Amino acid sequence: MTSEEAPAAREIAVVAFAQTDHRRSTEESSEVEMLMPVLHEVLAQTGLRAADIGFTCSGSSDYLAGRAFSFTLALDGVGAWPPISESHVEMDGAWALYEAWTKLLTGDADTALVYSYGKSSPGSVRDVLTRQLDPYYVAPLWPDSIALAALQAQALIDAGHTDEPALAAVGARSRADATANPHAQLKGQLPYGGYVVRPLRTGDCPPVGDGAAAVILAAGERARELCERPAWIRGIDHRIEAHALGVRDLTDSPSTRLAAKKAGAFERPVDTAELHAPFTAQEVILRRALRLGDDVRVNPSGGALAANPVMAAGLVRIGEAAARIHRGDSGRALAHATSGPCLQQNLVAVLEGDPR
Amino acid sequence: MPEVLQAPLVVEFPFTRSLGPVQSAFLTGLRERVVLGVKTGDGRTLVPPVEYDPVTAEEIRDLVEVAPAGTVTTWAWNHEPRRGQPLGTPFAWVLVRLDGADTALLHALDAPGPDAVRTGMRVRVRWAEERTGAITDIACFEPYDGEPGQPGRHTGEFEDPLTGIVAPARLDYTYSPGRAQTAYIQALSEQRTVGERCPSCRKVYVPPRGACPTCGVATAEQVEVGPRGTVTTFCIVNIKARNLDIEVPYVYAHIALDGADLALHARIGGIPYDQVRMGLRVEPVWTEGSRYPDHYRPTGEPDADYETYKELL
Ligand SMILES: [Zn+2]
Repeated sequence: MTSEEAPAAREIAVVAFAQTDHRRSTEESSEVEMLMPVLHEVLAQTGLRAADIGFTCSGSSDYLAGRAFSFTLALDGVGAWPPISESHVEMDGAWALYEAWTKLLTGDADTALVYSYGKSSPGSVRDVLTRQLDPYYVAPLWPDSIALAALQAQALIDAGHTDEPALAAVGARSRADATANPHAQLKGQLPYGGYVVRPLRTGDCPPVGDGAAAVILAAGERARELCERPAWIRGIDHRIEAHALGVRDLTDSPSTRLAAKKAGAFERPVDTAELHAPFTAQEVILRRALRLGDDVRVNPSGGALAANPVMAAGLVRIGEAAARIHRGDSGRALAHATSGPCLQQNLVAVLEGDPR
Repeated sequence: MPEVLQAPLVVEFPFTRSLGPVQSAFLTGLRERVVLGVKTGDGRTLVPPVEYDPVTAEEIRDLVEVAPAGTVTTWAWNHEPRRGQPLGTPFAWVLVRLDGADTALLHALDAPGPDAVRTGMRVRVRWAEERTGAITDIACFEPYDGEPGQPGRHTGEFEDPLTGIVAPARLDYTYSPGRAQTAYIQALSEQRTVGERCPSCRKVYVPPRGACPTCGVATAEQVEVGPRGTVTTFCIVNIKARNLDIEVPYVYAHIALDGADLALHARIGGIPYDQVRMGLRVEPVWTEGSRYPDHYRPTGEPDADYETYKELL
């Protein structure tokens, strides 16, 4: 090999995952008090101490907390003194994981701790999320997150891709699957409920809750030392669509499809998909965009319809997919995270276990 | 464990935003009852208009007028309007493609009920009586069964164009400080100061936040500290704060309470500002009914030795 040949990219894997029990309210705890047990648990899974971690990256939102620089207080939970190599995204932790993955690719670190958390209980998440919209043309109308998802659902129904009974079935299947997930907030048979914003009923919408998640990434041989069956990240990519809702075809998710293509998702079939679809209609859109057949196990955790801690739910998808590989329940899994209204931004990761 | 404290927290801010040439024309147009779109390189008309083509990212400025009537492309029935939304009575959220436009605008549709709304229905703008150059100058849309709208020929040039908008935002929260800070605030109401000791490094943090930032572990063991302490460093404040009845100049200091491993900060009183010094021994002064010390004043003890507080600087 000559020096001009590019070295092979480092292999990077998810080696540990932990999450809180997601609950409607954690008012007895501050953010760091809620987060710390998850950090300790994910470190304990690998035997690493916080000081052993090469890079730390977190995701959260000041708007949920109602306070500027709220993430700095959470740093108390990782022992940020003496100074650590650390970064933060004002986004779901799935995007923090993307940053950590690129950091490990550079070779600057061999291990990374990624965590994210969100407490929706102090405020009204429907109102809070309006502040991420176009501030000139849209935010002054205060269209809440459920209203925008309802516009998307109606477009999907009009296009003939689904109907209200089919949407109800997505919600019911998710909450039934969640009975096997000790961390889920909504599980079992629940009434479908009345319209929140028509055509979406209570059962089509995610629960509002508080929660946190953490993941440890490791490169190459380090991953094999830390985990019996690492979940190798074969590809990861994220894409965004126009911010104006009226420019987009709300019945499709071209950014998801492109991210999946770039992440290599279409090269071989996956057996599991953890999709970040907070609303039932969004699962229908994502299944089509990702060309998932009926043989793919979608959201065995219950997905975001069973627990949707804002800013952590996307990272939870990657963690749940990885955990299935760790346990040997999956050989090749797809994990998806979304952000913004009506699936505006989408991240896709493809994870694989070693052949066995 | 005592009840966790809670208090209302309102975050409110009037965001002042500048407008680019395209946004300025669009919002000024609404003030004058004119709806403008912008043409992209491939000949599509975007309403509402943007400054960069969402496909090619090219800068676009070619403004054209579209009709104030159009077609609903999707909708959602909102039976419980929320604060700040365009109508106080049940309404439909709609995306409307105005006649002459290729993209849709989000707004509200005033209709008697969900049975009166469908995708493909014709609607027109209902203008607000008072218009200031904002998206809310469109009060809402209303059902319309008249002739197809005829766009005018406005070019987007106005005599008195807007250059900015003020967009007020308000979010309401119920703030809980969590277990550790609740205990701290409750002790203060009894005029005591409590910190928490790290089980690993044994440092005592005041105010406690429930975690040791050095070790990354939970702290739980409560330790009463103070009431006396030592000034570790200070600054002289020369600018009068609004709504604060404190004469300037005054001294703001870091104070290491006896038994604490972290300095907290407070105002120093009871001594001329130019006589405050590192090592000065101080004690809290509480006012009637206050939840925290109003200020700290000299105790009259000899100054603390530098060696006793140098780690806390
Ligand atoms: Zn410690």
